[in-house]
Formats: sequence, C-alpha cells, structure tokens
Amino acid sequence: MTDQLHEIWGTLKKNRLRTTLTGLSVSWGIFILIVLLGAGNGLKNGVMQNFSSRAVNRVNLWPGTTSMPFQGLSSDRQLYFTESEMDFIRDEVEESGLVTARVNSNQTISYGQEYGSYQVRGVMPNYFDIEKLIVAPGDGRFINPLDIKEKNKIIVLDKRVSDLLFKDESPLGKHVKVGQIMFQVVGINSKLEQWGGPNTYIPFTTAQAIFNPGGKFYQITFTVDGLVTAEENERFDESLRSLMARRLRYHPDDQQALWVYNAQSEYVETMKIFDGITFLVTIIGILTLIAGIVGVSNIMLVSVKERTREIGIRKAIGATPASILKTIILESIIITTVFGYIGLMMGIGLTELVHFFMEQAAGAGAASNEPQMSVFTNPTVDVGYALFATLVLIIAGVVAGYLPARRAVKVKPIEAMRQE
Amino acid sequence: MIQIRQIHKSYHTEALSLHVLKGISLEIEAGEYVSIMGASGSGKSTLLNILGILDEYDAGEYYLNGTLIKNLNERQAALYRNEMIGFVFQSFNLINFKNALENVALPLYYKKVSRKKRNIIALEHLDKMGLKDWAHHMPNELSGGQKQRVAIARALISNPKIILADEPTGALDSKTTVEVMEVLTALNREGITTIIVTHEPAVAESTRRVIHLKDGMIEYETRESNGIHVPSRHAQIEMI
Repeated sequence: MTDQLHEIWGTLKKNRLRTTLTGLSVSWGIFILIVLLGAGNGLKNGVMQNFSSRAVNRVNLWPGTTSMPFQGLSSDRQLYFTESEMDFIRDEVEESGLVTARVNSNQTISYGQEYGSYQVRGVMPNYFDIEKLIVAPGDGRFINPLDIKEKNKIIVLDKRVSDLLFKDESPLGKHVKVGQIMFQVVGINSKLEQWGGPNTYIPFTTAQAIFNPGGKFYQITFTVDGLVTAEENERFDESLRSLMARRLRYHPDDQQALWVYNAQSEYVETMKIFDGITFLVTIIGILTLIAGIVGVSNIMLVSVKERTREIGIRKAIGATPASILKTIILESIIITTVFGYIGLMMGIGLTELVHFFMEQAAGAGAASNEPQMSVFTNPTVDVGYALFATLVLIIAGVVAGYLPARRAVKVKPIEAMRQE
Repeated sequence: MIQIRQIHKSYHTEALSLHVLKGISLEIEAGEYVSIMGASGSGKSTLLNILGILDEYDAGEYYLNGTLIKNLNERQAALYRNEMIGFVFQSFNLINFKNALENVALPLYYKKVSRKKRNIIALEHLDKMGLKDWAHHMPNELSGGQKQRVAIARALISNPKIILADEPTGALDSKTTVEVMEVLTALNREGITTIIVTHEPAVAESTRRVIHLKDGMIEYETRESNGIHVPSRHAQIEMI
C-alpha cells in the first residue's frame, strides 16, 4: 500500500501544476459547500436564538371585540378574561402546561429621590419560565405561589430599573413606592427584553387587588405540549377558539373576538423554511462539487491519454489491468481528498473567523446594554459534516477516476509504445 | 521453449485488410540465439509481438514453455510477460520521470517485491551493465547506449527465460551497437533464449540462427552450425 502511494506520488509530483489546478476545483467545490451551509446555519441559529429567548411552545390569548351578534348579544362587545378563564385553560385544555395571566399598569416607581415611570406587570410564578427571565444567583427570587396566595406586596425589578433607582446600593429587601403603595424588592431580572422597555413584576393577585379592582384582564399566556406539526397547531388553535367561544359567548366564526398567537406554529413554519434553505444550499453546494468532480475526471482522462506510452510500458513489463485500474482510481481519490480537505479547512476557517468576529461584536453590543436582536449567529457547521464530506470526497474520487481508469486499462502495449 | 504452428495474423482497418503473417511455423529451443530479419512490412515485428504476448494471433498455435498461449485474458498475459519474458525495444521505452534504478526495479514492483529489496536487486543488475554510478540519473541524462543497457537490466530483473529484442540497436551508432550486442551475447551465453528482430546484417551475424521473413512467410533460415551463416552476404545478394 505505501509502495503504491509512493508510485502515485511520483506521477503526481511530475505534473505538479496540473495536479494543483485540478485539485483546486475540488477545493473550491467543498469550500462553497461549507460556506453555504455555514451561512444557512448562521441564519437558522440567529432566528432560533430569537425564538429560544422565550418558550417556543407558548400561546398568547387576547380577548377582542365581537364582530357578530351571538345568542341575542350584540356585536361590538369588548370581551375580557377573569380568573375563571385562567383556571379553565389550566384544567380543561388538555395540552396546556404552564399558565399565567398578565395584567399591566403603568406606574411611577420611586426610591428616595429617584423615580421613573415603568410598566408594572401582574403575573403568576409560571411567567418566569415562559418568558425565560433570568434571576442571577445573589439577585433574590421571582414571584412564588405563596406571594399569589397572600397577595404579598413584593416586586421584582428589571436590572436597569434597579440600577437607576438604587445606583450602587443593593435593592434586595428595600422598599420602593409603586404609585402610592410600598412594595418590597425581592428579586432582580437581568434578562434584556427584546421588545419594549424595562418592566417590573408583581404578583398577579396583588395587581388585581390594587391596580385592577374590576378584575377584568386582557392577556393569558400558556405553554402547550405534544403539538409537533403545523397542522396539529392549527387544529389546536381552532378548537381553542371554539372552546373559548362557548365560555366567553361569542360566535364561533367570529375571528375578532379572540386573538390567538401561537408561537409554536410560527416556529414550525420557520423551521420548515430553514429545512428548505438547508436543502437548497446543500443542492447548490453539491452541484458545485460535481463541477469539481467532472473537472478531476476530465483531467485524469487527459493524464491517461498523455501517459498512454507509460501505461503501455508498464503493461509490457507485467502490470496487470487491475493494478493499472487501482493506480488511476487511487490517484483520483488522493487528488479529491487532499484538495477536498484543503477546501474543507478553508471553509471551516472562514466560518469560524466570521463567528469569532461576530462574537466580538456581540460582546461589544452586550456592553452597550442594547437588547440582543440578531438574525445571524454562529455560522459554523458540525463536525459531522467533515465526516460526511470525507465520504463524499472518496466517492467523488472513485467516480472521477473510474472512466479514465477504464480507458487506461484498454491501452494496448504495442500501440502505446509505438507512439513517440 | 517456443513452438509456433501455422500462425496467421491480419490487421483490419476501415479501408483495407492486411494479411501480415501467412502461416509461420517455427521452433526455438531453450538457450538459442536467434535473429529475425526481413524488409520492413515483412511481419517480423508482428511476429515478435505475438511471441511476447503483446499481440494476439488469428489462427494457429503458440506454445510457450509447453503452455498454449491463446485467448489469454489481460491478467494472465501480464503474468506470463512478467514471469517469462524480458523486452528490449528500439526506443528503449524507459519511463522518463523515473531514474535508472527505479526503471530497472519496476517489473519487481508488479511482482510485489518490497521497495528495499527490489532496489538492491536493481542495483546489482545495473552494476552488471556497468551503470552503477548512473543509478540515480534520469533517462534524459543518459546516452543511447546507456539507456539501452538500463532497458536490458530492466528486462533481466525478473529472471526471464526469454529476451525479446525489437531492433535493439536501431537507435544506436555502430560503436554502441557493438557494446549492446556484446551484452546480449553474454546473456545468451548464460542460457537465456534470445530473439532479436533486426534489419542490420552485422547484428544478425552475432546470432547463431537467422530467420529471414518475406511477405509474412519464412523465406529461408541459416544456422551457424551449417556453415553458411553469413547474413551480410545474403543481404548484399538481396540488394542486387
């Protein structure tokens, strides 16, 4: 085997320029494949990251205004939720997981001389997991079930709010004035919101009692489990509408009575698009690679033609057809794999370099306290692709070498040696 | 060693069909020193190619060392060539990107002899040809006579029973012709059956049996042992 490689190395070295130019077409093919896959992955990772900053399987419900009369009730009725709807979703909707209500009010929050106007959200403990808030170690806690039960006057501040109000002081255990009422700070959320300004959170029951005595509220968010396909999600949304129609008493066909935002169906749709993009990118990459393979095959054919005399001599002194076949195909495999790996390394190098600079830029972005919104993240490919590429390259080598090798085997020694 | 009976061979092209060998029968014993002469187109190279299993024949029989050589597949042909026959060509047919040593060692590569071992053997053979100091020179750095001696060393390395030489001196001047013929004669003396195709009477004179071909048939042959073995004179007569 090493002997054979030695033999092949000799011939490749002899045609250094031709070998290099041929090989570069394969390098280029693999390079394009990797860069395209990297770009596709970058786009996918970027969008995925935006998705995953909140639970992807969450559903938001907002009551709307009816647009159709129903059971003697007029249209243009403003619908609203009460706590019983929340219980209903938790207990009666099979697919529901974590459920939270949300009630908003804008309040002035002050501590000592410092104050600001912020949105105060009355939420349930589950809100923490649904929105994937971050309470760093040492930053206290989020709202817990006891707070809900006791209607505790506690508040969780956004990091930016606490920095503004408390400066270098630790806010934990201190009291802030929300509107006219004192709340004790129990935790700090350090997740940067993607949309809207910094928020503060208080127990839902407290918010209802203090800021919303009517008890009506306008948003329920919950997670759903076991829905995979877009069709399943669509069907779920439909059945949710008709379930809620019976409870809130609106016409089941009234599309404006209840607004449903199902993040998961959007997620599924988006993933479909990315599967499409990946597929397309792979096809383009492979076509580019095929161009490279055809190039190698072509050059091998020229090489065999040029070396007809040499092949004839080899046959005259005892080379078997199998050994000639093996030599040419191995030669082709060596060209494709060696240059393929060069392309692979360059492609991976480029994607990693882009990744590196993007990390740097992201680091700078984080320092400026801007919310993280990116559509392009980590444009690299898996190690799995390298293995896949190796296999592709070897197959490519065999395919590219086969025809020329057949040609070489058919060389007649006497005719070959006659030509000068 | 070699027996051929009523060998026929034609070459077909689109325009015409050429009957090159028209029923040649010949027997060559082991250790003989034979030359085949004839005008160009007389079929002497074709005959040599058939003897060397480089070409197939249309009809007749060819026994090499008792084995019928007919309709062999390429692998078997390659095996016999490698085992039995050493070739020497007019145009040397060295591989130009390999040095003298590598060229000589090549047949052993196809016999799956290790690199180290075959280089040692190749160097011995080059030494016999007086070319030890030229072992690492490329063919284009060698003179014609040196190249032919490298080719002979390559033909010998697989210990063939037969040396087939196709115009071995055709590309050489008279001085190197003598050198090369001395080498071939010495080999024959060691017991290797040697068959030389040539049109040079001087070359034929060094062999012990001369077969004259004309129009694809054996015209006549002379043997040194019969006492009338002076090809140069016959050649002169032919010219007249």
